[in-house]
Parts: sequence; C-alpha cells; structure tokens
Amino acid sequence: MSQKKSRGGGGGAAAGEDPEDLSRSPLQAVLLADSFTLKFRPITLERPKVLLPLVNVPMIEYTLSWLESAGVEEVFVFCCAHAQQVKEHLAKAGWTGKAAAREMTVTAVESHDAISAGDALRVMYGRGVIHGDFVLISGDTISNMNLQDALQEHKDRRKKDPLAVMTMIIKHSKPSILTHQTRLGNDEIVMAIDPETKELLYYEDRADGSSLYVTIDKHILASNPTLQLCNNMEDCYIDICSPEVLSLFTDNFDYQHLRRHFVKGLLVDDIMGYKIYTHEIRSSYAARIDNFRSYDTVSKDIIQRWTYPMVPDVLSFGDRQEIKLHRQGIYKASDVTLSHSAQIGANSVIGNATSIGENCKVSNSVIGEGCNIGKNVLIHGSYIWDNVIIEDGCKVSNSLICDGVHLRAGATVEPGCILSFKVEVGKNVVVPAYSKVSLLPQPSNEDSDEELEYADTNSGVTDSPPFSSMRSADHPTVSDDDDLEASETGTCGVAGYIWANVDTGVQEEWRQSIGPIPKDKLKELQHAASFDDDDDGSEDDLNNRPTVLDQDDDSDVSVAEDDDYSKFEKEVEETFQRALDGIHQDNLILEINALRLSYSLQHADCAGALFHSVMRSALVAAQSTNGSLLKTTAEALGKWKDLLRNYTKSVDEEMEILLKFEEMCQENAKEFSPLFSKILPYLYDKEVVSEDAILRWAEEKENADESDKVFVKQSEAFIQWLKEAEEEDEEEE
Amino acid sequence: MPDVQPLVSEFVLKLKRRKVEGSHAVARQTAELLRSVVSQHRMGSTNQAAALADAIRGVGEQLIAANPIELAVGNIVRRVLHIIKEEDISSTAVGIEGLSVTADSDDEYDSGNDDHPTLSAAVLAAHARNALRAPSLQTLLEDIPVNTGLSRSASSTGDSDGKSGDKSSKSRKLKHDVIAAIGDLIDEIDTCYDQISEQAVEHIHQNEVILTLGRSRTVKEFLYAAKEKKRSFRVFVAEGAPRYQGHVLAKELVEKGVQTTVITDSAVFAMISRVNMVIVGAHAIMANGGVIAPVGMNMVALAAQRHAVPFVVVAGSHKLCPLYPHNPEVLLNELKSPSDLLDFGEFSNCMNCSTQDGTLLNVVNPTFDYVPPKLVSLFITDTGGHSPSYMYRLIAEYYSADDLVVRRKSTSS
Repeated sequence: MSQKKSRGGGGGAAAGEDPEDLSRSPLQAVLLADSFTLKFRPITLERPKVLLPLVNVPMIEYTLSWLESAGVEEVFVFCCAHAQQVKEHLAKAGWTGKAAAREMTVTAVESHDAISAGDALRVMYGRGVIHGDFVLISGDTISNMNLQDALQEHKDRRKKDPLAVMTMIIKHSKPSILTHQTRLGNDEIVMAIDPETKELLYYEDRADGSSLYVTIDKHILASNPTLQLCNNMEDCYIDICSPEVLSLFTDNFDYQHLRRHFVKGLLVDDIMGYKIYTHEIRSSYAARIDNFRSYDTVSKDIIQRWTYPMVPDVLSFGDRQEIKLHRQGIYKASDVTLSHSAQIGANSVIGNATSIGENCKVSNSVIGEGCNIGKNVLIHGSYIWDNVIIEDGCKVSNSLICDGVHLRAGATVEPGCILSFKVEVGKNVVVPAYSKVSLLPQPSNEDSDEELEYADTNSGVTDSPPFSSMRSADHPTVSDDDDLEASETGTCGVAGYIWANVDTGVQEEWRQSIGPIPKDKLKELQHAASFDDDDDGSEDDLNNRPTVLDQDDDSDVSVAEDDDYSKFEKEVEETFQRALDGIHQDNLILEINALRLSYSLQHADCAGALFHSVMRSALVAAQSTNGSLLKTTAEALGKWKDLLRNYTKSVDEEMEILLKFEEMCQENAKEFSPLFSKILPYLYDKEVVSEDAILRWAEEKENADESDKVFVKQSEAFIQWLKEAEEEDEEEE
Repeated sequence: MPDVQPLVSEFVLKLKRRKVEGSHAVARQTAELLRSVVSQHRMGSTNQAAALADAIRGVGEQLIAANPIELAVGNIVRRVLHIIKEEDISSTAVGIEGLSVTADSDDEYDSGNDDHPTLSAAVLAAHARNALRAPSLQTLLEDIPVNTGLSRSASSTGDSDGKSGDKSSKSRKLKHDVIAAIGDLIDEIDTCYDQISEQAVEHIHQNEVILTLGRSRTVKEFLYAAKEKKRSFRVFVAEGAPRYQGHVLAKELVEKGVQTTVITDSAVFAMISRVNMVIVGAHAIMANGGVIAPVGMNMVALAAQRHAVPFVVVAGSHKLCPLYPHNPEVLLNELKSPSDLLDFGEFSNCMNCSTQDGTLLNVVNPTFDYVPPKLVSLFITDTGGHSPSYMYRLIAEYYSADDLVVRRKSTSS
C-alpha cells in the first residue's frame, strides 16, 4: 500500500524510470494469455481463450483489472496463440500504448514456439525482465483478493528461508461427493499441508476419485509430525513466485505444466530442498476458468456478485454503455428493447442494443450485445455472445452460442452444446446434446501451431509416466484421433462441422460441459456411491484396500519400491536404446535425471540402471555380431564410461554398479557370469569403479552366504592384486 | 486540457474500482480535482465562464458515470458549476464599474433603471449573487433595502457575458475567483464536522439516551462534542451488520469516556422505547428530504416513528443532492459481495450448478437503505437544523436549477 501511496500523486508513468525505484523492485506479474490446452476448442481456433467474453467482458479484462487494483505495477502478457488478437485487444482497451493514467504498465511478450506454460516461463527468463518476486497468473483467472497479505507472507518467509520459492493461493471449496469434482469441473485435488507453516507437502490433482485412496510417500509422514490432508481446497492458480522459479524452469527443460510437473517436481526433489507454501483466502474470490463447466460456474458467481467489484455494473470495458442492476439479479444495459410480454428471469444479463421479442422467456442466461431474439424463444442457462440472431420459436438450454450464430425458426439447442462463430442452424433442426459445432473442420492431427496441448493432459490415468514428454512428443498427441472423424453437417441443417469429442479422453463429456449433470447420471452416481458405502461396511473390502496407513510393515513398501525400480530400469533402458540411435549424451543425462526425479530415486539407482542398460547393449551386440562377449562389453564400457562416470560420484554408487553386475550375472544375464573376473579389471581400468569400491564390496561379501561369494572368489586374484597395490602405495607414502 | 486528463482518468479509475468510498473523501477529492481542472484551464477570449463551465461539465460527466452511487461527486460538480456562475456574474458586475456604467451600457439597463447611476459595484455584485438564488428567508432578511427594480436589472447582467473590455485581466480574475471559491468549498467540506458538532449541545441533553446505527464520522464528532461540553449521556450502538462498523464506533466512544452499549441491529425495536433520540449519519440527502443511509436505517427510522422518538440525521452540506430519488432502493443502491454475509467455502456446495439447474442459493448484500422523508424529524447540517420539507430550499441555495443534469453541451452556449 505504501508503494501505491508514494505514486498516488499522479505522474504514474514517470515513476517507472526513477532510478531509486529499481532498488525497490516494482511488483511484477506474468500473465499467460494462453491456456496451452484444447478444452475450449473449437472456439479457440478463431479467438484466443483470454478474449472470450465472460458475462460480456473479455476474460483478460478481469485479470488485468484485478492485477491493477491489487497494486501490481508491471505486467508481462505472454501471448502465444492468436498473439496478434491479444495485442490488438490490449491496445484497444488502453492497457498498452500511451494511456498515461494507468498505474500499471502492460507489456506484451510474443512467442510462437511455446507450447506449454513451462516454455512460456523459459522465454520470460530469457528476456531477463523479472527482477523480484512476481505474480504468476493465467489470463483466465477471476479474482478480487487482496494480494498484499499473501505477498507480505511470502516476503517474510523468504527472509527466513530463501528456499521458499513459491506461495500458492488456495481456497476452501467443497467438491461434490458424487462426482468427485469441484464446482469448477476440475477433479478434486488432494493436498497435504503442514498446518503450522502452511508448507505444501503433497499435491495430486488427478487423484483417482473412484478408488478412494491416495498414496503418500512415507517419508512425508515420517518427517512431518502433523499433516493436514485436504480434498476440499481449490487451487486458484495464482502463484507468488520468486525469480528462482524462472531459472528452475530453465534448468529443468522438461517442466511443462505448472502443477503436474513443476509443483510435483519440486515436492519430490529433496536435493535442492525448494519449498512451496500455501496461502488460503477466505472472504475473497478467486477461480480459474479451465473448462466449460467453470465458465458456467464463474459466470454465475459474477452475476451473484461474489467477485465484487468485478461485476457487470461496476467493471466497465471500453466505451460500453453502463449496465444497471435490477431486482433479482437482472442486469440490463441502457438501450435494450424488451417486448412487454417477454419474461426475464432471475440472474440474467442482457447486453446493449439487444432486442427480445414477444413471449420470450430468458432465465439464468447471459445475452451479449446486438442480439436479435424473435418471438416465443426459450433461453435457459445459456451464454449467448454478441450479434446472435435467434428466430421465432427457438429453444436454447444450457449452451454456449458464439458471435454471429444464426438459429433459424424452431431450432432447438439441447444442453451442453457449443456453437462456434457464425454457425447457422436450419429450421426446426435439433442440435443434439453436447455437440460442438464450428465452421472450421476439426484438425485431424493436433500439430497446429495454435494452442498446442501438452501430450498427456487428457489421457487420464495412463501407463506412461508424466515425465516422458520427450518420447511421447514423437507420436501424435491424441492417438484416438483418427477413428473419430469430424462429420460435415451441412446436409442435416447445420452449416458447420460437428466436432467429435476427442479431447475429453476418458472423461465423460457431462463432467465439464455447461449443462447441468443429467438426472439419470446423478442417480447412477448416487447408486454407485451407496453401493460403495455398503462395501465400506464389509470387512474383506477394507482389507483389500491398500490405504497408506495400513502399510506398516516394510515388506509392503519395499515391494512397491521394487516395482517402481523395475519400471524405472525399463525406462532407462529404453532411453539408452535411443541414445544408441544417436541422441547426444548431454540430453541423455538430462532425461535420465528427469526420470530419476519422477520416480524419486537416488543417484545410485541411476548408476545401477544405466550400467544394466550398457551391459544389455553389449550382450545384444555380441549376439547379433557373434563376436565375443568380452570384446563387445569392453567396447560398450569404453564408449559409455563417461556417461557412467557421471553417475558414479561416490563409492556408494560404484558399489551399486558392482552389486548390479553381480545381480545380472546371477539372474537375467548369466552369459556374463564366467566373465565376471575379466570384466571387473576393465571397469577398474576405465575408472568406472574405483579400487575403494571393489575392496569394500569384497569386504562386505566376506560375511555373506557361500552362494553370494561366487563372484568374489572368482575375482579373488584381482582383489588380491588391488590390495597389494594399495599397500605398496601406502608404503611409498 | 490534455494536462489534467491523466489526473481525471486516475480519479475515474479509483472511483470505478471502488478504491475511494465514503462521501467525505469522495467530495474532497472531487473538489480538489475540479480545482486543478480550473487552474489548468486555458481561458479563451470570449465566453470564458461558459467554456469553463463546459470543461467542468465534461469532467463531471465522466466522474459521475464512474460511480453513480457516490452522489457526492455529482453534488460537488454542481456546486462548482454554481460557483462559476456566481463568480462570473460578480466579475461582470465589477467590469461594469470599470467601464463606468452610466456611459455606454444601454443594453444593460432598462430605461426605468437610469435613475441609479451611482450604483456601487460591490452592491451590484451582491445582488447579482442573490439573483441566482430564488428568494429565501435568509436573503430576504439581508436584502431589505433593495428595491425590485434593482434586482431585476442585476439579473439581466447575468446574461451579458459577451462584453468587450480588458478581457485578459477580467478572465484572470474570474479564474482566480473561481479557484478561491472552490478552495472555500474544500474548507467547508473539511470543517463541516466542526460546524455540525457545534450544535451538539443544543440537541443532546443531560442524561439522555441516544441510539445510532453503524459508524458515521459526523455522528462520532457530534457525540464527542457533546461529551466535551460535559454532557453526560448514554449511547446505544447498533452494530450495523454485515460490515459491523458499530463495533468500531463503540470502541472510539469508550475511549472518549462515553457510556456505550452495543446491540444487534435486530434489537433496535426492543431498545427504542428507552431511547430519547436517534442520531444517525447519511450517505446522501435527496431533494425531497429522503435519506440514503447504510442498510438497516429504514428499520431504525420505523422503530423511532413507532415510539415517537425523534429521528435526527446529521450530514455535511456536500451530502445534499439536488436530485429526486426514483426507485432508490434499487437504482441508488449498490450490492456488495455476498462474502460479507457468509463464507464461500461453507456454502460452495449449495451453489454447485453442475448438480442442479441454476443456483438455488442467492445472497443479497445491499449497501444502502432509503429512509422516506416522513420518517425524518430533523436534519442537522453545517448551516443548522432543518426539517425535511425545507430541503428543497437549501438545495436551491447551493445549486442552480439548470445544472441538475450534468452533461456537456455540444456547442458552448
């Protein structure tokens, strides 16, 4: 606040250049004007998501107004898809350009090759414009919270602990018991928070709601005496970040998604020890529009004035006519033409220059500017944008109708439909529920340079681990694309293409649509829930359910870890295979590091797995070329020694390699067992393992079973030689 | 006047974002802004007063549109327009003297007035000022020696601003006078609390019980003043849900040693029979004597009427609004966020529109109540106590009738 006061006298534009201002580092914000998802397709093919009207005002206006009133002084708007449109809008709305009266400077940053939030932040880092703590927000976030408290908390924490790099804003909101999704249509989020420090310990945004359990790493439980697990929190996607966040994104170039990769990445990474904290807001509002369901919900919240002062009659944009609020939450612009017999129900908004004919019924809907609505039209729970023509006798319920759509007489739009720009619907045509209609055909391959979606965004629970981005990028992003072809619908009375549902993936379409959940679905869920409840009573089910708290005995956990490890090993081997095909070694190291983070394993495990891969490759080479195994092994070790050395920084890791080698010889690659004693000196020669490691290995094995000592005995001569050499060394000294 | 535009837009933005709220702050800042608009205004050679008024109107229009609920903005804009008109007339009158009125001022004087050649400019100016106002009790008393013919002649001077003469000095004088008058206006806004609280002892008597709702700075100063004059009295403070400003007032009163009782808003009816007088603040006083006041006030006024307890409204003259209220409960109201009333998280499942069609739960949080004039016993402003039926007259003194609609004229007339 004091910052604002000092500038309050006016001349706000000049203050930016003040040299002493630099030391104070103005509050900055990075606004991502691209959601990097496809959830608003097909509309986002023609207009960026942040410019879509929300209660007749483009979404980005809400975000920018909030940032301005929250005291942010400098905003970088990161434009990617439809960058030109975003920039034009910013200029038109007076955010950029010569608007000297603004206390906030807005700069557009354009980049066309960013395909994820991670890329965007890397570009921001490259620009080097962020100097201090900044607010990270996407252009589709609506809020009226007071930033000062959260900011102060963040700064105080930073003073005590420079590793607290991020403060996440969360909000209490009860998820639906039946559908396990929040009001905003997102899956419920499970978070573990330290109730004292508010540190975030665990974050899972795609918890499997049906199975009713979460898996939490036991060291989280071990290291935190108290822990608050909540599933009734909503992530507002407003983050207060320190500049380190940008460099973290740059260091880990495979971080794409802010939550799935960055937050989870930081939480599992205990080497750097970066910490994320949460700040819960109580009375103020914050929500992000992520899908059509949240579009509907947030619109209703705005109409209900939870977002005050970001409400239609206060927030004005451009030279719009003022909107007046009447009783029962009806907002009307000043020159609306309403027939006397038209009934406007509660919680509706009617934009400027719109005319509504006789006997129309409008309820719970938002109607934009310049619309022409005929007689006997029923509009319920719908969002109708600007310049839409609806002829007599149409019925529209719980749908979204974009600019310039023309519904001819008697057309019916069933719940959950999306009619994109300028679609025409013929006479008496029924648009079936949940259809998405656009004038543009559905791209068969999602490689357009528009809003690129990160590959596994919608794949739900898949076998592929979340960090394998490099690999899956080679494949088409949405695989089941080809068999669902867009059907041209001109023949059946709709000018446009009906889009097949692809991006919902395993999710059913009713979950994130504008329409309410159908009654029969609710009943179904109710039934399922009550069935579940019955199950809860029966004992065998309880025993079957692997809850975290049940896993007291270590064996259970280690089994799980082994399972993880074998998966990891497989991953590493696959990665290594591609390295054989010619990927650069540096990239290989980075990839393996990423894999290690995603499985939260140690460096030693990497060394073991990598060694395993190298040896396998040698084995394969020997078999294919019929050469001697010893020779190919020597070659492979020679070639990859640098890579291995990268992981064998300490004796422990070298030990791990030896143990791994031993294990291989005993189990899956018995071909090596006669050669053990011959390969060991090779490893020593190439400095993959040091003599310390070998000696320690031998020492440890002395007390082991006879069967375990096979290889120690086999290489006894070499060990002996090593020991002597060591003694000689000592003598020399 | 591009140099003031940033200032204007900044203030407009503040109003829009509801960063400035409360009549006093808004009135003061509006007056200050308009003063700088006037001082930055470049005076033309002709029609300066009209041009200046037009500039003020242009700015005023933007300010009023930015937050139509803050009626004080419009009040101050209209006051400034009125000041310009007054100063213009008086400066014209001075100009007349400079040009020696008797010689070539046929257009100014009817033939019937030629028998007053030795008219002093000061008297003329005073009458010109009075001419703007409709005759009132106070002016009648002041103006006893004036004959009707003179006031008629003076009123005709008001129309003659196209006079040729030493314009530059005159225009500078006009501007200077207007700025000085706006300065007086700002002083008036600042000192209104003192002016009002001076009257406190006349109204609050020994051992009385006063009831108030919410927190109004005017009421606070009023009660302080009575306390300082060694009056002992008790105050019931209704807490003023949902913003609970009453709690703050109670704390402040206790610090000054006033015997205070906090009650809930709903207990007002139960307590009113023990109360001698209700003293409340207002957001605005409308031309018909109706009051826009914090929510819950209508109930207090009704309770007071039911038990024949005087209902006194204290308000500075900047809260006097020359408009008549039309549907004030809706159109002059502002609905704030429901989060004042209930916790979003607790009720979020009631507002889940995915499981039901539309939201069944509605929360309404209005800011203001409209108290009709018949429920108000007395207004205490900085000019003294007035009854609701006298409000229109007070308004006629502060505002000129043609400024009620603040809109920039397309061509300066």
